[in-house]
Amino acid sequence: MEVLVFLVPLALTLGALGLAGFLWSLKNGQYDDLEGAGWRAIADDEPASERAPSAGSGRH
Amino acid sequence: MQATRDFSHYVRHLGSGLSHIDLAVEGVNCAGCMSKIERGLSALPDVTLARVNLTDRRVALEWKEGTLDPARFIDRLAELGYKAYPFEPVRAEAIETEQASFLLRCLGVAAFAAMNIMMLSIPVWSGNVSDMIPEQRDFFHWLSALIALPAAAYSGQPFFRSAWTALRARRTNMDVPISIGIVMALGMSVMETLHHAEHAYFDAALMLLAFLLAGRYLDQSMRRKTRAVAGNLAALKAETATKFIGTDEISVVPIAAVQAGDIVLLRPGERSAVDGNVIEGQSKIDQSLITGETLPVKAGPGTAVYAGTLNLSGALRVRVSAASEGTLLAEISRLLDNAVQARSRYVQLADRASRLYSPVVHTAALLTMLGWAAYGATWHDAIVIAISVLIITCPCALGLAIPAVQTVVSGAMFRTGVLLNSGDAIERLADVERVVFDKTGTLTLPELDVTNAVDVPRDVFELAGRLALASHHPVAAAVARASGARTPLAGAEEVAGQGVRGFVRGLEVRLGRPSFCGADQLANEILHRDPEASVVAFRHGETRHVFAVRQRLRPDAASAIATLVKAGIEVEILSGDREPAVRHAAEQLGIHEWRAGVTPADKIVRIEELKRRGVKVLMVGDGMNDAPALAAAHVSMSPVSATHLSQATADLVFLGDHLAPVVAAIGFSRKALLLMRQNLWLAAGYNSLAVPLAIAGLATPLVAAAAMSGSSVLVILNALRAHSGARELC
Repeated sequence: MEVLVFLVPLALTLGALGLAGFLWSLKNGQYDDLEGAGWRAIADDEPASERAPSAGSGRH
Repeated sequence: MQATRDFSHYVRHLGSGLSHIDLAVEGVNCAGCMSKIERGLSALPDVTLARVNLTDRRVALEWKEGTLDPARFIDRLAELGYKAYPFEPVRAEAIETEQASFLLRCLGVAAFAAMNIMMLSIPVWSGNVSDMIPEQRDFFHWLSALIALPAAAYSGQPFFRSAWTALRARRTNMDVPISIGIVMALGMSVMETLHHAEHAYFDAALMLLAFLLAGRYLDQSMRRKTRAVAGNLAALKAETATKFIGTDEISVVPIAAVQAGDIVLLRPGERSAVDGNVIEGQSKIDQSLITGETLPVKAGPGTAVYAGTLNLSGALRVRVSAASEGTLLAEISRLLDNAVQARSRYVQLADRASRLYSPVVHTAALLTMLGWAAYGATWHDAIVIAISVLIITCPCALGLAIPAVQTVVSGAMFRTGVLLNSGDAIERLADVERVVFDKTGTLTLPELDVTNAVDVPRDVFELAGRLALASHHPVAAAVARASGARTPLAGAEEVAGQGVRGFVRGLEVRLGRPSFCGADQLANEILHRDPEASVVAFRHGETRHVFAVRQRLRPDAASAIATLVKAGIEVEILSGDREPAVRHAAEQLGIHEWRAGVTPADKIVRIEELKRRGVKVLMVGDGMNDAPALAAAHVSMSPVSATHLSQATADLVFLGDHLAPVVAAIGFSRKALLLMRQNLWLAAGYNSLAVPLAIAGLATPLVAAAAMSGSSVLVILNALRAHSGARELC
């Protein structure tokens, strides 16, 4: 049963880390826009050429 | 006079050389809109942050201080196809956001603690029947206590605070038995651990907290979502005033930036957003939102105008006054205050249940203790068993029974276009027996409409519409709207007090008073048939047409009323408008009870009279004159086009041109009340099974944990049934 000496603190530390992570994400505003966050995950990254058409459409 | 727009009122200075503004945006509903807006705004130089919140439909913007005018963002969004307006978070909303994040923090802590303690409890439960030595069990109990005590102290705050407030006011609510249960459970568990006993209830106490917090959080987040939408709608109504910042220089400013003593310009076709007195100009004004009277009144220097007054014909200069005594508005505010105070404190279903619940449970626990002591058990054992009765009856399911239904139902209402203003509105709406409607703007659409469109040739109608776009007059605006015209006629000019005129291929076209267009005879024919209508004439060369314009009933008003009547709900009209107009509407809708020319005070008298007869009244109204009656009624509803005062007073707000949301809301709330009652019975049923076990001393921590989670899940599943089949009135 000496293994408890490791396992119990380990379990508590992992739990506390999870809680800390949750509180951090909450403070960071990650729950402010649950609907938008879902869409952002699948939105395309902004391509480099995206801004060009408005500024430089005449070049083509 | 070209007005500049001044939005500096809404800009917050962040201190680090950055400015911040929040904009409410209309029509953002997908990922495409989100990236389009963010890219479009980030492309502006010096913008450091442009982030869309899809849940609240808002954009947060930050830029280097002094480099950009906020109006620029609004223009940019308009170019992208979105209507936007600066948004000022109201205090109530800020407080709710703060509360929501606190509840979520509590929920996180409670859930973390509950899971970790459960991890420690399972070995104890299984160890009790196998080979766990008492020292190991004590060690696990102490570890549980180490996690449970601080976690409960933190995450129990919402309950402890509310219970304390209630007790100090010598009342009781559901949080009192919850708090007692949790504190007793934890206290007893600590004592038991000290005495090396077998059972500790740390897990049950924390699990209870986690379940209850989840219910509260869901309930609150739904309410917050509706409030955010209501806030956006208020911002998008764009209540601005045109203020004189020099003798002839004007600037468009938000209402909040206008102070008493300022002078504002009220153009024809504009609705005043302030109270004040006319100092210059002659015009006709429409006070229907304030008095319900639809006939225009003459206004000149000295005439008082109120927020909501519509200016019809000439430009007015108005000196803004603080709401002074003796004005109509002050009278309405006084009536409103009285009505709010007199509103009998409705006792929510949950509180009524807890009034019954606490004495029963606490007496049962006391009797259990005395019974066991009389039976020969030691005082220690008797107390432990009594506390286990309290723990097992701790109103887990009872605490969830109502919030769970409320969350599901307010979500369903939200989707049909009904926003909840007050938390207990659902319960009150469910037992409505009579609906009292205001006419103008409630049974009828808020905007005027052309009634004889079919009599006018399509091409003529469209030409008239294009000409009408040049005018601000509400009657002309109705013609423009009805014709669907989009391009204004080039070179059209307004003739003050007469109408507008222009030229099409060398032929003069005119739109305005019948005399201005030489169409008096045609106009008189129409007025003879329909004396309530307003007329506007159109002349193109020698062809003349007259449009009849009047308030039109909401498209589904008749069917909505019929549904209400069929469901056994009485319907009545209470209007400040003149008798013929009210009679006409009542006849069209088949409503037999109606009163016309009613003052705000009379409206309250009527509501009070109904109340004395014991009738539960739903008041539906939009005008400022309805606000006191809205507050006096058992429950109240406003269309979203209502004046600010009415909307703030009403318990529910419905969106759109249809009356169906009113009927749907009653249907939903009836279903909700049914489910709430069922849930309470389910909770009571659970207690009647579990309590004998506890009294017999068989409620081990394992039984307590299983019983609690089982009953909670049952109640939540039952609440989910509110989603379906609530559309018809039951």
